[in-house]
Amino acid sequence: MKKKNGVSVKTLYRAFVYLVLLALAVSIFVPVAWVFLASIKENSEFYGSPWAMPKGFYFQNFIDAFEKANMGEFFLNSVIVTALALAILLVIALPASYVLARYRFFGSKLINMLFMGGLFINVNYIVVPIFLMFVDADTFLRKMGFANGFFLNNIFVLALVYASTALPFTIYLLSGFFITIPKDYEEAAHVDGCGYFRTMVQIMMPMALPSIITVILFNFLSFWNEYIIAMTMLTKDSKTLPVGLMNLTQAQRGAANYGALYAGLVIVMLPTLILYILVQKKLTQGMSLGGLKG
Amino acid sequence: MKKSKARSVFIGVCVAPAVILFVIFMLIPTFNIFKMSLYKWGGFSNTKEFIGLNNFKTLLADEKFLRTFQNSILLVVCVTVITISFSLIFAAIISREKIKGENFFRIIFYIPNILSIVIISAIFSAIYDPTNGLLNSVLGIFRGDKDPILWLGDQKIVIFSLVIALVWQAIGYYMVMYMASMASIPASIYESADLEGANHIQQFFSITLPLIWTNIRTTLSFFVISTINLSFQLVKVLTNGGPDGATDVFLSYMYNQAYTNSSYGYGMAIGVVVFLFSFGLAAIISFVTKREPLEF
Repeated sequence: MKKKNGVSVKTLYRAFVYLVLLALAVSIFVPVAWVFLASIKENSEFYGSPWAMPKGFYFQNFIDAFEKANMGEFFLNSVIVTALALAILLVIALPASYVLARYRFFGSKLINMLFMGGLFINVNYIVVPIFLMFVDADTFLRKMGFANGFFLNNIFVLALVYASTALPFTIYLLSGFFITIPKDYEEAAHVDGCGYFRTMVQIMMPMALPSIITVILFNFLSFWNEYIIAMTMLTKDSKTLPVGLMNLTQAQRGAANYGALYAGLVIVMLPTLILYILVQKKLTQGMSLGGLKG
Repeated sequence: MKKSKARSVFIGVCVAPAVILFVIFMLIPTFNIFKMSLYKWGGFSNTKEFIGLNNFKTLLADEKFLRTFQNSILLVVCVTVITISFSLIFAAIISREKIKGENFFRIIFYIPNILSIVIISAIFSAIYDPTNGLLNSVLGIFRGDKDPILWLGDQKIVIFSLVIALVWQAIGYYMVMYMASMASIPASIYESADLEGANHIQQFFSITLPLIWTNIRTTLSFFVISTINLSFQLVKVLTNGGPDGATDVFLSYMYNQAYTNSSYGYGMAIGVVVFLFSFGLAAIISFVTKREPLEF
C-alpha cells in the first residue's frame, strides 16, 4: 500500500520536474523563434496580436535592412574585425602562453601575475581611457600633418583593441593546457636537434588544437557580439553589426519600421546560432575549463 | 653560452608582443582611470586641474550616484541569488533524476549565452512592450483589458524587469557549468547514501553542494563582477537609465558622466569607486565562502 503511494508521488514529482524544465526551455526558445517569425512579417502585421503567424514570407525586410539600414556594410565590418582580431590574438597569445607555461625566466612570475590580474580588468571600465588615448594620439598625428588621424574610426585598430583585451583570458586558458603536457615531448624533440621555435610550432601547438578551438569559439562570440568598445571607437557612420543594430532599435522607437529591425536581429544572430549548432558539444564542454564569463 | 642566448631570444620574441599590447591597452588605461579621477577635466579642452580627492567628495554627496548604488546592489543581489540557486537546483535535478532529453535541455538553455546583449535587449523590448508585447498579451488572457503593465515604464517594476532579463541571460550557462562539475562526482557516493536511507534533498545538501563547493565559490565571485558589467550593457540599450534614473547602474552613470556630460574626471572617479567596490565584494564573497576543499 505504502509502496504504491510512494510510486505515484514519485511520478507526480517527475512530471512536475519535466513541466518546470519545459517551461524554462519554452521561455528561452519562444522569444528567439518569435524574432525569426517577426522578421518576415509585413509592417502592418505588427499592430495586431504579437502571436499571430506571419501571413507570408515578406523578404523585403531583409532587403530594407541591407540597403536602407546599411546592414551589408556593417556585416562586412563585423566580419573583418572579428577575423582580424582572432588572427592577431592567436599569433600573439599562443607563443606567449606556451612560453609562460613552460619556461622559467627573469620576470616570468611577474608577467604571469600581471595576466592573472588582467582577468579582473573589464573593458567596460577602461573603454573611456582608451578612447581618450586615441583622441590624444590623433590630435598629435594631425599636428604632424596627417589630417585624418589614424586611431579612431579605424576597424583595424578596433581589432587590435579586441585582441589585446582578450589576452588575459586566452593566455589563462591556453597556459592551463600547456602546463599539463609532460616535459618528455620537449626533451625528445631537443635530443633530435629540434630548435625552440620548431618544437613549439610543430610539436606543442598541434597537441593544443582542442584548446585552440575552444579559445577561437569563445572569442568569436565575444568579438562578434561586442558593442561598447565598437560604439565608442567608431564615431562615424561606418559601424559594426551590433552597434548598427542598436541604432536601429533606437530609431525604431520613433519611426516604427519593425520589419527591418527584426531582420537586422536575424542577420546578427544567424552566424552565432549556426556556429553554435555546429559546435555546441565543444562549447558546452569547453566551459568546464574556465568558469569565467565576460 | 650560445644555447642560453638562443633561449633568451626565443622567450623574448614569444612573450614581448603580448606584454606590450597588454601594457598599452589594459595596464596604462587602468592606471589612467586612477590618475584622471584626481583631476577636474572637461575632456577635449586642455584645462586639466588637479583637485585631489574632491571628485570623491562630490560623489559622496551626489544623490543620483547613491540611487545608482542602490539600483546596482539590488540588481546584483537579486540576479545572483536567483541565478545561482536555480541553476544549482536544476543542474542537480537534471543530473540526478535521469531526466530524458538532458542534451536537448542543455542545448536550449545555453542559447542566451551566445546572443549579443543588443539582441537580448531587443528581444526583451519586444516582450515588455506595453501594448503589443508578448508578455502583456499573454497576461491579458487572465487579466482582461485592464490597464497594461508598463514593464519598462513603471519606476517600481522596471528594475525587476531587468532582473528577469539578466537571469534569463545567465541561468543556462551556469546550469551547464554546474552539470559539468556534478558529472565528476562518483556515482558510488550517491549509491551508498541511498543505502543509508538519505533522500535526494539530503543528498543535495550533504553530498552535491560540498563536493562542488570550490566551483561554486569561483563562479560566485566572477558572477558578481560580470553582473555589474552586464547590467550596464543591458541598461545602455534597453532603458538608457530611464524612466527618470530608475535603472541607472554604476557603469551607465560613469559612461554618461564621461560622454554626455563630458566630465571625464568625475566619470573616472565613479569608475574607481566601482572598480574597488566590485573587487572588494568579490574578495568578501571569496572570504566568507571559504571551506576546506573536500576530496572525492
